[in-house]
Amino acid sequence: MSHHAWILLGLYLVVLLLTVKPLGTYIANVMEGRFRLAGKIESPLYRLCGIRQDEEMGWLKYAFAILLFNAFGALAVYGLQRLQAGLPFNPQAFPAVSPDSAFNTAISFATNTNWQGYGGEATMSYLTQMLGLAVQNFLSAATGIVVVIALIRGFARHSAKTVGNAWVDLSRVTLYILLPISIVYAVFLTSQGVIQNFDAYKEITTLEVTGFEMPKLDAAGQPVKDGQGAVVTEPAQTQSQTLAMGPVASQEAIKMLGTNGGGFMNANSSHPFENPTPLSNFIQMLSIFLIPAALCFTFGRMVGNTRQGWAVLAAMTLMFVAFASAAMYFEQQTNPLLTQLGVDPAAGNMEGKETRFGIAESGLFATITTLASCGAVNAMHDSFTPLGGLVPLVGMQLGEVVFGGVGTGLYGMLIFAIMAVFIAGLMIGRTPEFLGKKIEAFEMKMVSLAILVTPLLVLLGTAIAVTVSDGRVGIANPGAHGFSEILYAFTSAANNNGSAFAGLSANTPFYNVMLGIAMWFGRFGVIVPVLAIAGALAAKKRIAVGAGTLPTHGPLFVLLLIGTVLLVGLLNYVPALALGPVIEHLVLWAGQ
Amino acid sequence: MKTLLRPAVSLFVLLTAVTGIAYPLAVTGIAKLAFPEAAEGSLIVHDGKVVGSRLIGQNFTDPKYFWGRPSATGPMPYNASASGGSNQGPLNPALVDAVKGRIDTLKAADPTNPLPIPADLVNASASGLDPHISPAAADYQIARVARLRQLPPTAVQALVSQHTEGRQWGVFGEPRVNVLQLNIALDSLR
Repeated sequence: MSHHAWILLGLYLVVLLLTVKPLGTYIANVMEGRFRLAGKIESPLYRLCGIRQDEEMGWLKYAFAILLFNAFGALAVYGLQRLQAGLPFNPQAFPAVSPDSAFNTAISFATNTNWQGYGGEATMSYLTQMLGLAVQNFLSAATGIVVVIALIRGFARHSAKTVGNAWVDLSRVTLYILLPISIVYAVFLTSQGVIQNFDAYKEITTLEVTGFEMPKLDAAGQPVKDGQGAVVTEPAQTQSQTLAMGPVASQEAIKMLGTNGGGFMNANSSHPFENPTPLSNFIQMLSIFLIPAALCFTFGRMVGNTRQGWAVLAAMTLMFVAFASAAMYFEQQTNPLLTQLGVDPAAGNMEGKETRFGIAESGLFATITTLASCGAVNAMHDSFTPLGGLVPLVGMQLGEVVFGGVGTGLYGMLIFAIMAVFIAGLMIGRTPEFLGKKIEAFEMKMVSLAILVTPLLVLLGTAIAVTVSDGRVGIANPGAHGFSEILYAFTSAANNNGSAFAGLSANTPFYNVMLGIAMWFGRFGVIVPVLAIAGALAAKKRIAVGAGTLPTHGPLFVLLLIGTVLLVGLLNYVPALALGPVIEHLVLWAGQ
Repeated sequence: MKTLLRPAVSLFVLLTAVTGIAYPLAVTGIAKLAFPEAAEGSLIVHDGKVVGSRLIGQNFTDPKYFWGRPSATGPMPYNASASGGSNQGPLNPALVDAVKGRIDTLKAADPTNPLPIPADLVNASASGLDPHISPAAADYQIARVARLRQLPPTAVQALVSQHTEGRQWGVFGEPRVNVLQLNIALDSLR
C-alpha cells in the first residue's frame, strides 16, 4: 500500500468516528420520540393516515406492517416502469421496461439491493427514477433502520409485549434523519459538478470525428447476425456526443446515505456526472458508513450502556481496516500479463478505474460499498485482480455486518453477537445471556435461520445457474472468472448489495427471476426472524449480572465477535471461493 | 391485516410525495440558484459554441491531439448516453489483445519514445467517459504532439503543466490532466 493509501484510510476513519456520537445521539432522540421540532407535521400526518401514534405493536404485527409497506413499494416501482412511456418527465421517450426486468428492478429497489440489470440512462425515464427508484431508496433504508430499532427495543425493554409502532418509526426515520441530510448532501454534490436538471439529453459537437463500427439493424430494429451468430457491423462516423442529463444529485445523495447503491447512470459512481471529484468521492464513501456507524452508538444509548455500542463498533472497525488494506494492496499490483507487454508496473491495475480516483480511492470504495450493503461502484469490480475482487465478494458473504447496510448491518452484527455469547456459554456450561436477557431455544432457532438463509440462497442459486445453459450463457469472461461472475451475482443479490461483476449479462428472464427471488428472501427471510427475536427478547425479564456473565463490552468480547463472524460467516463459502478467485489468482501468477 | 391496510397505503403515498416530488424539485431549485453551471453539466463554451463538458471525456485518435483513456462504451467510444467499462477480467485474452493493440498504436505514432507505457493510456476507464489522464500519460505524448504541431516541446510541456491538477485539498484523489481542455488550449495555440 502506498503512503497516500494509508493517509486516506486514516483520514477516513478519523472523520467517520467523529460523526458517530453526535449522529448516534440524534437518532436515539428521534426514535425515542424526544425530538419534537417537527411535531406539528407529525400529528396531522398521522391523522390523515389513520395512525394512532401511541398504539404499540407486537413483533408479528410490526413485521406485517413492514412487509405490506414494502410490497406497495415494489408494486409502485413495477407499475411506473411498465407505464413510463405514457407518463410525463420522459424527454428521451423511453418505452416500457420489459416485464421480467421490471419485476427484478422492483424487488431490487424495495429490498435495498439496487441490483441493476439495465443501464439507467438508456432505460429509465426521469419520473421512474425519482418517483419510483429514489423513493424506494428512502423507504427501504428507513425499513432497515426501523427493524434494528425494534431489535434494540427488544434488548432495552423487559416483560413487554410490543416493540414499537412501525408507521411512526418509518415516518420519523424518513422525515427527520434521511430527508434533511439528503437535502444538504445533494446540494453539496452539485457544488462538485453532479448534475440536477430535467432537460432532454444534450447533443454537442465534438472536437474530432469518431469512426466506429455500427451494428447493422434489420427492418424490425434487431441486430443482423451472420452464420456464426456474430453481430454484423458496418463502418460509421459521428462528430456528435449525446450527454445524458437528469435529476442526478437528489438521487445520488440518498443512494449513498441509505446504502442503496443504484446508480442513475449505468456506470454508477464512476460516472463523472455522479461522482465528479475526489472530494465528492470521499464524501460518498463517508456517507455509506455514516448511519451504520452512528447506529452502534444509538444501540448503546438505547440499552443504557454506551460501552456496548463502542464494542460492536470496535469489532467492525478492526475488520474494516483489514479488508480495506487488502483491497488497496492487491489493486496496486499490475497485471503480470500486461507488464510483459511493456506497461509501466508502477501504476497498478488501472483497467476499469477512473484516473481521478486511481488505485487507493477505488480499492477503498470497493471495500466500503460491499462491507456495507451499498453496492454503488466507482470502479468495475469485474476487472479487479483476482484477490482484489475477492475482498468485495467476501465482504458481502460475511452477511454485510461490518458496518453493513443502514440498520441491516447492526441487526446482522447483533445476531452474530447472540451467536457469540451462545458459543461462549456452551464453552463454560452456563446459560448464555446478552444484555441481561437469557438466550434460549427460540432465539437460537431464529438466529440460525437468519444466518443460514443467505448462504443457502447464494450457493443454491449459483449451483443452478452454472448447471443450466440459461445461466452459463450470460458469462462474459472465460475460465474461473466466469464462475466468479455468477457467484458474485447471487452473493450480491441474496445479501442485498447490488454491486456486480458486471460483465455477466444478467438482463435475461432467467437471471431477472432467479436474482429477484434471491433478493426478496435474502431481505425478508432475515427481517422476519430478527423481529421475532426482538419480540421474544422484549417479553423476557431482565436478569442481574452474575459471576458467570460474559461481559459484552471488553476486548475479549470484541475478539470473540470477530472470530464468530469470520468462522460462521465465511466457512460456508470457502469451497466456492476456491473454485473462483483463488484458482484465478494461482493461474495469473503462475510462473511469475 | 385490515387495520394495517389504510396506514400502509396512505403513508406510502404521502412519503412518496415528499421524497419523490417535493425533495427532487427542492434540490433542483436550490442547485439552479447556487450552482447553475454545474447543475447543467459543466459545459465548455468556446467561441460561443458548446464544445463539450469539463467532466465528460471525448474520443481522440488524431496524433496531433493528446489521447485520453481507452473507452469501452458501445457502439462508439465515449458514448455519453451509455456509460460503462470493459468488465474484462485480468486473465481474459481479449484484455491482453486489446492492450497489445493500443500499445502498437501508441508506438506507431511515436516509434522512438523511450518512456514506459503508462497504464491508464492502455487500460479502459470505468465509466468509458473519463475526462482525465495521469501526468505520466500526458508526458508520454508531449514529444509526439510537439513534433506534429511543429511547436517547441517546452511550450507543450508548459501547457500540460498549466492543465495539471494536483490532489484535491492535497489529499484526495490522484494528480490528473483534463484531456479535452488541454486539446482546446492546444488548438488555440496553433
